[in-house]
Amino acid sequence: MVLSANDKSNVKAVFGKIGGQAEEFGAETLERMFATYPQTKTYFPHFDLGKGSAQVKGHGKKVAAALVEAANHIDDIAGALSKLSDLHAQKLRVDPVNFKLLGQCFLVVVASHNPALLTPEVHASLDKFLCAVGTVLTAKYR
Amino acid sequence: LPRLLIVYPWTQRFFDNFGNLSSPTAIIGNPKVRAHGKKVLTSFGEAIKNLDNLKGTYSKLSELHCERLHVDPENFRLLGDILVIVLAAHFGKDFTPACQATWQKLVGLVAHALAHKYH
Repeated sequence: MVLSANDKSNVKAVFGKIGGQAEEFGAETLERMFATYPQTKTYFPHFDLGKGSAQVKGHGKKVAAALVEAANHIDDIAGALSKLSDLHAQKLRVDPVNFKLLGQCFLVVVASHNPALLTPEVHASLDKFLCAVGTVLTAKYR
Repeated sequence: LPRLLIVYPWTQRFFDNFGNLSSPTAIIGNPKVRAHGKKVLTSFGEAIKNLDNLKGTYSKLSELHCERLHVDPENFRLLGDILVIVLAAHFGKDFTPACQATWQKLVGLVAHALAHKYH
């Protein structure tokens, strides 16, 4: 799956609009993911996953930063996320299905905060982008 | 439904006889798509009235989607995900994580019920 020029500009526009809220969105994405897909909590036994958890907020910030980084280097996501890709392959080994779940929750967060932004076309582009990120992060698994 | 056909364009394969699906604008304005979207959502309404018997409620539709329409059940999951996002866009902050969790469960169960009679 290839990101078209249109997709890239749609994604950049989304992250441009989200701007400073990215960290907040990251945290909310995780909160929704843990609530909606409880099996994802199995990767965080060492975390306090209660409401308002500082650990979840902190981790959400990291996730958001990675997405922003990928969007800023959208012509070479594999390059931009290379270290994260290594980390997920060697240490974290999060099952690939979970990236889709995270992606769904991120889309829900964007939709609920900024419905006008998420037109069907932008939705498609963002979904493709999130898939691409997931693919990069699992690329070195085997 | 228009959003499903735009975000996951391969789902258009089931709607060859719906006329112009050549662009997002065409899809969104297509009266057959809108009418079918209405049908699908109405069916969801039925599901909500019969939460204790989803398999029964969807039994005939399941057979239809398998035997006549030949729809891969994965498409029901895709539609469910799209529906959740549309609800989020519509209800904003009111679509809390707990709300989302419940709705993802529901769309999952509906997808399961629709796939139940497949053979």
